[in-house]
Amino acid sequence: MTKLNELTLSAARDALRAGETTSKELTEACLGAIEGAGALNAFVHHTPELALARAEAADARLAKGDAPAMCGLPIGIKDLFCTKGVPSQAGSRILQGFLPEYESTVSQNLADAGAVMLGKLNMDEFAMGSSNETSTYGNAVNPWRRGNDDAQLTPGGSSGGSAAAVAADLCLAATGTDTGGSIRQPAAFTGTVGIKPTYGRCSRWGIVAFASSLDQAGPMTKSVRDSAIMLEAMCGHDPKDSTSADLAVPNFEAALSGDIKGKKIGIPKEYRMDGMPEEIETLWQDGIAMMKDAGAEIVDISLPHTKYALPAYYVIAPAEASSNLARYDGVRYGHRAKLDQGDGITEMYEKTRAEGFGDEVKRRVMIGTYVLSAGFYDAYYNRARRVRTLIKRDFEQVFAQGIDAILTPATPSAAFGLGEMTDADPVAMYLNDVFTVTVNLAGLPGIAVPAGLDKQGLPLGLQLIGQPWAEADLLCAAHVLEQAAGFVAKPAKWW
Amino acid sequence: MSIDESTAARVAKLARIKVDPEALPALAGEFNTILGFIEQLNEVDIEGVEPMTSVTPQVLKRRVDAVTDGDQQAKVLSNAPDAREGFFAVPKVVE
Repeated sequence: MTKLNELTLSAARDALRAGETTSKELTEACLGAIEGAGALNAFVHHTPELALARAEAADARLAKGDAPAMCGLPIGIKDLFCTKGVPSQAGSRILQGFLPEYESTVSQNLADAGAVMLGKLNMDEFAMGSSNETSTYGNAVNPWRRGNDDAQLTPGGSSGGSAAAVAADLCLAATGTDTGGSIRQPAAFTGTVGIKPTYGRCSRWGIVAFASSLDQAGPMTKSVRDSAIMLEAMCGHDPKDSTSADLAVPNFEAALSGDIKGKKIGIPKEYRMDGMPEEIETLWQDGIAMMKDAGAEIVDISLPHTKYALPAYYVIAPAEASSNLARYDGVRYGHRAKLDQGDGITEMYEKTRAEGFGDEVKRRVMIGTYVLSAGFYDAYYNRARRVRTLIKRDFEQVFAQGIDAILTPATPSAAFGLGEMTDADPVAMYLNDVFTVTVNLAGLPGIAVPAGLDKQGLPLGLQLIGQPWAEADLLCAAHVLEQAAGFVAKPAKWW
Repeated sequence: MSIDESTAARVAKLARIKVDPEALPALAGEFNTILGFIEQLNEVDIEGVEPMTSVTPQVLKRRVDAVTDGDQQAKVLSNAPDAREGFFAVPKVVE
């Protein structure tokens, strides 16, 4: 018998509608699972009273027969989303004590659809990281382990708490955000599904900004169907975000036809990296065979500027971050440093930011400051934006050739050990996003689907990249891949 | 391009982040590693390529020039580290 917290969104929704369970029971099962999972450090702010109140309201709505798909389903919310009256720190010390007076559009959309928020989830500070090791709350821990080895592994980042919570069945699904791979890499590291929609699909309003031209929210779930259900509830036009797209939101779940016959799936040769583990290459080849067996046409393609995506990203994202994070100055909200006699406002800014930001955030704010500073703006920032144009053009050209979606590995490796990258230089960590970051630079939708286990028993994911606004087709292709891969493994409970 | 300690100190100052002098050599080293990685961009031929301003082709929507919000002084100040008499309070700015 499957425990209630182990259900998928779709199974729980069907059970609720059939009257086989209640939102209260689902919510209590999740709250119990969260209570027993302190070792994972996934939930960092708990809101059980709020959850039970929302569950009760959802049950009333279900009884009336007025229940959207997400109604009554318990989920976790990444700490990056501002949630009214509930701590929202973006994993940073500088926002300690901050209680938003407003609710982000995405979390409001989910609440309006009846979803039950269980609490806030751990993440890398300001979403800057690929291992959840830059969080002020400490590391989130991957529920997966290498066989019987009890070494703690990263759940990935920045949405590490979200990925760990979904993989460990602490919630039915969670929100994530993705600036360079922060939904897809943790999904791949934990055997879960995560989709970053087209830039503009989800409103960014009320989500703590990292790099505004790259940030997108998306769902992290146990299945592709669940991602379709939850994405539909999250997105939609929002006048409060000027980059939010005024487009109708399709019924994504209805798009899961299981039919990709005749679809052209591109395989980019530049994603075959030097030194890529053989298991990743094998997984990719298996995925290609699965798509072919399902009737898709496999086409070799070239995305020649792929190599320059990470360097361009590490100019553009820090530049935008340095500007966005200028607001944390100890004046309007969050931490303010204790001042010494004679300290003026400049000392207040400098001490507040030195105390409030962690090392990686400081590093990126300073790199961003440097590339935007007089004399370097053209050489770094404008050059990177030109390269970004070329990266997007690469994709436009293959889509113009009739390619429907692109299949790549999601990550260059399986989950690594917490602390294993501590002595590596920052660039080694950045390489985690090598397959995902192009998608953010080009504003495209991308989804990570679990597709196999490595020799040590850790999950590995494949990524599908779609045309702009073609999330429905992308989810359909991902659903076919998921069914063919038949990934059902779960981490053995040790926590 | 190589960053020395004085440049690192200047960048920290511009970013309004206090960095202790003894931390500057390591910081300069990290900047050089990251900037060395970024230098790869110099290999790309960008002649005639426009810098990207918007990843999706869109015209920003206009809204009516009207007051839609306001009278929320208490909410605006509710998270301030120091608020007095309806204002944010900061150390003395002018002598």
